[in-house]
Amino acid sequence: MNAPVKIETTLKDWETDQEVRWCPGCGDYAILKAVQRTLPQLGADPANTCFISGIGCSSRFPYYMETYGFHTIHGRAPAFATGVKLANPDLDVWLVTGDGDGLSIGGNHLMHVLRRNVNMQIMLFNNEIYGLTKGQYSPTSRIGTRSPSTPIGSVDRPADPAAFALGAGARFVGRGFDVSKKLPDVLKAAHAHQGAAFIEIFQNCIVYNKDVFHDFAAPKGAEDRQLWLADGEPMLFGSEKTGGVKGIALDSEKLELKVVEVDGDDWESAGVLVHDVTNRSIAHMLVELPFGPFPMALGVLYDDPRPTFEEGVADERERATEGKDADLAKLLGSGQTWTVE
Amino acid sequence: MATQAVDNAQDRATPPQPDAVVVRFAGDSGDGSQLTGGQFTLSTALAGNDLATFPDFPAEIRAPQGTLFGVSAFQINFGSREINTAGDAPDVLVAMNPAALKVNLDALKPGGLIIADTGEFTKRNLDKAKYDSNPLEDGSLDKWQVMAFDISALTIEAVKDFGLGNKDALRSKNMWTLGLALWMFDRPREPIQDWLKNKFKSKPEIADANIAALNAGHAYGETAELSGPLNQPSLPPVPTEPGLYRTITGAEAVSLGLVAGAQLSELPMFFGGYPITPASAILHHLARMKQYGVTTFQAEDEIAAICAAIGASYAGQLGVTSSSGPGIALKGEAMGLAIMTELPLVIVNSQRGGPSTGLPTKTEQSDLYQAVYGRNGDSPIPVIAARSPSDAFECAIEACRIAVEHMTPVILLTDGYIANAAEPWKVPDPANYAPFPVQFLTEKNGPDDTLLPYKRDSKGARPWIKPGTPGLMHRIGGIEKHEQTGNIDYSPDNHQLMTDARKAKIDGVAVPDQDVAIGEAGGKLAVVGWGSTFGPIHQAVSRSRAKGIDVSQIHVRHVWPLPANLGELLRSYDKVLVPEMNTGQFKTVLRDQFLVDAQPLNKTNGLPFYIRELEEAIEEALS
Repeated sequence: MNAPVKIETTLKDWETDQEVRWCPGCGDYAILKAVQRTLPQLGADPANTCFISGIGCSSRFPYYMETYGFHTIHGRAPAFATGVKLANPDLDVWLVTGDGDGLSIGGNHLMHVLRRNVNMQIMLFNNEIYGLTKGQYSPTSRIGTRSPSTPIGSVDRPADPAAFALGAGARFVGRGFDVSKKLPDVLKAAHAHQGAAFIEIFQNCIVYNKDVFHDFAAPKGAEDRQLWLADGEPMLFGSEKTGGVKGIALDSEKLELKVVEVDGDDWESAGVLVHDVTNRSIAHMLVELPFGPFPMALGVLYDDPRPTFEEGVADERERATEGKDADLAKLLGSGQTWTVE
Repeated sequence: MATQAVDNAQDRATPPQPDAVVVRFAGDSGDGSQLTGGQFTLSTALAGNDLATFPDFPAEIRAPQGTLFGVSAFQINFGSREINTAGDAPDVLVAMNPAALKVNLDALKPGGLIIADTGEFTKRNLDKAKYDSNPLEDGSLDKWQVMAFDISALTIEAVKDFGLGNKDALRSKNMWTLGLALWMFDRPREPIQDWLKNKFKSKPEIADANIAALNAGHAYGETAELSGPLNQPSLPPVPTEPGLYRTITGAEAVSLGLVAGAQLSELPMFFGGYPITPASAILHHLARMKQYGVTTFQAEDEIAAICAAIGASYAGQLGVTSSSGPGIALKGEAMGLAIMTELPLVIVNSQRGGPSTGLPTKTEQSDLYQAVYGRNGDSPIPVIAARSPSDAFECAIEACRIAVEHMTPVILLTDGYIANAAEPWKVPDPANYAPFPVQFLTEKNGPDDTLLPYKRDSKGARPWIKPGTPGLMHRIGGIEKHEQTGNIDYSPDNHQLMTDARKAKIDGVAVPDQDVAIGEAGGKLAVVGWGSTFGPIHQAVSRSRAKGIDVSQIHVRHVWPLPANLGELLRSYDKVLVPEMNTGQFKTVLRDQFLVDAQPLNKTNGLPFYIRELEEAIEEALS
């Protein structure tokens, strides 16, 4: 892939003339702004940027980005994006999907785009509900979610998007939430990652699932309930003001993570782990860390690149093509031939 | 148009085709080829085919194993017409060892099928047969189709429960092969099983082992979804027109035609596929053509295969996908998106018996409604149907041309018969095909420096704009869009206008006027066909005309939109007969489009029409 030329743009350059049609107060607005704020900082070129989405509230996203955009069909955006990237690996592709689009109807495609490691950023807006179709429970809804299709509460266990992604072979897993000031940092890290970068973005659906993430996303008490992970930094949360600094350590007997109290600055003697974004074993524990006993793990949970699918396909083509010409007449007359006089 | 000229020349040149299949079983005289052939004859007779057999014993009984003079063969010729001789060149050669292959190969028709036991193609046996290299691997059999598997090992595996030594176990090899042949030719196993039980009455374990081998060979054919040459009832005779020839199957011809079409459009090709019988062969062929600018992508499912192809088209390549009926059904929604976003795409459907999984290895023409009508909304797509393996090459080029010139998905229909059948093909010169290079939009096309992604040209096609083009950023998608800007627009007038525009664009695809394949415009009876029924209809009409019957053949390539003169042409006959391997789908389309009294002649037993049944139908229609 050619090194992209850095382009000078402002947030305004990334806005379209289309009226944004999400419900007032929808978390999507904040994500849209975060993306529009991030792209100028990356030096991205609108003409070389392509947003591809499926169906659902989140999938209206491309219409509001002054870039190339393809609003496709329900669940299949990863397949379209794979075709786009194979046809033009130089395009900077952002995939926009939701919990229903990406994990229900499109779970298969999401799995394969991650497994193949197609170089793109995949933003899954998780609001734990079907918004566009008026509030049915989704594959990420918690057990007992009351909705038009589950009037006395859902009974099936929810899928965990980040754990799904890692299990499918993702080499980058990040997490953020709509109104978080740190979301652009996660987006930037995802963009810097060569390969399929999966970002779960918790998004508040104010109409059908209002404040479902309030427990950790609310500003009040955020320090205790959010664990922002940064490579090379100790896994600390909380503060002296809120009842003490705590950290995440490894319980080596049970091979699981545990919360430990930290005395002053001495996190080391408390055994607090230093985040290593390339540690896949710890990443598996982080994506499954239950909120409640633990804070919500956010930021870059895992980042360890591998060669991309497009590179593999290009290499293969080069090898298959080496020393061969593309003479159509020769191709048509190949195999065993005979002449009739 | 170059494609049309070639086509017509071929029509006229096609001489009568045989209606029978000739199979030769060949092996060591000790292999029991005589026995295999004899039993096959028995089951064929029971299945009601006329048949003739032609044993070819070696002079020495039990000549040295594996040698050229030890080869024994047994030939059977069966079909629906009267057969007086089994001396015809075989369509299928079952070669149990290299010597059997060498001795019998010259007799096999070009494009015929070789079934070989790889377990016997050892260095030692190759030496004995005086082969310098393994013919199954060195490309010297390219003129034919080869199905090679380790019949020896498969047989040993099949009979291992019966406690036979390897040597005894291998004696059942002929029964394994017979089982495979019975599957491929739709013959019943019961008579053979009964015969074995009777023959080995005193040694029931031997009978059981042989029956197990027979059943295993049959199961192998079914599990591996091998198609028999009965799907190819009429290998065309050796051509006489001077020129360079090769053998080609429909799947190869489609692949080569797509490569040619991509080159003529000056685009790289992206092929998204998913394994399915009988369409996989196209994926296999194209996967070996990367140097021609072809990217093949084996997707996670049929839906992803078409979606990736549409993604590639969106990014500026020629997107192609291929499948068979059930897979095409899965692609329906994505086809709608390609219609809505007006992106070029070629969809190849190698039809098989349906509905559902249906008959994967059998041929049928029952996806015509699916191709013409089978999507939600008003969603027209041009549909082209190939009549033969070599015609599939021309049709694939035509599909590519329509797709890029009209910015539309195009469906190319073949079927199991065309996909698998091989025929001699006069190698065309690419210089005889007019290129149709694609022009991408590179500058804004609207007034006051605006971009109008849905502004139409004289053909009703919108511009093709590659992402990455500076200054032309825009959004497309499946929601109804404004007729110029492409922005979301649900307004009633706009939807009416866009529905009309999409229909007008496809109605306006230039389709050559319909010609008459044999006979004349006007008369007592027209036999109207499409797709792979061309051969049998051609023969039946030729024979009927030779008897003085006033009948003509019309063969339609452009199933949608139909040729503009077709209605008038059909009305110039007293009667119209439409033979189809379905329950009358094209007949209904013709009635709907032209209000003609088209009469159906239908067959859906997985087998192509026999010439005799068509001749009878012609006589009955005129009686």
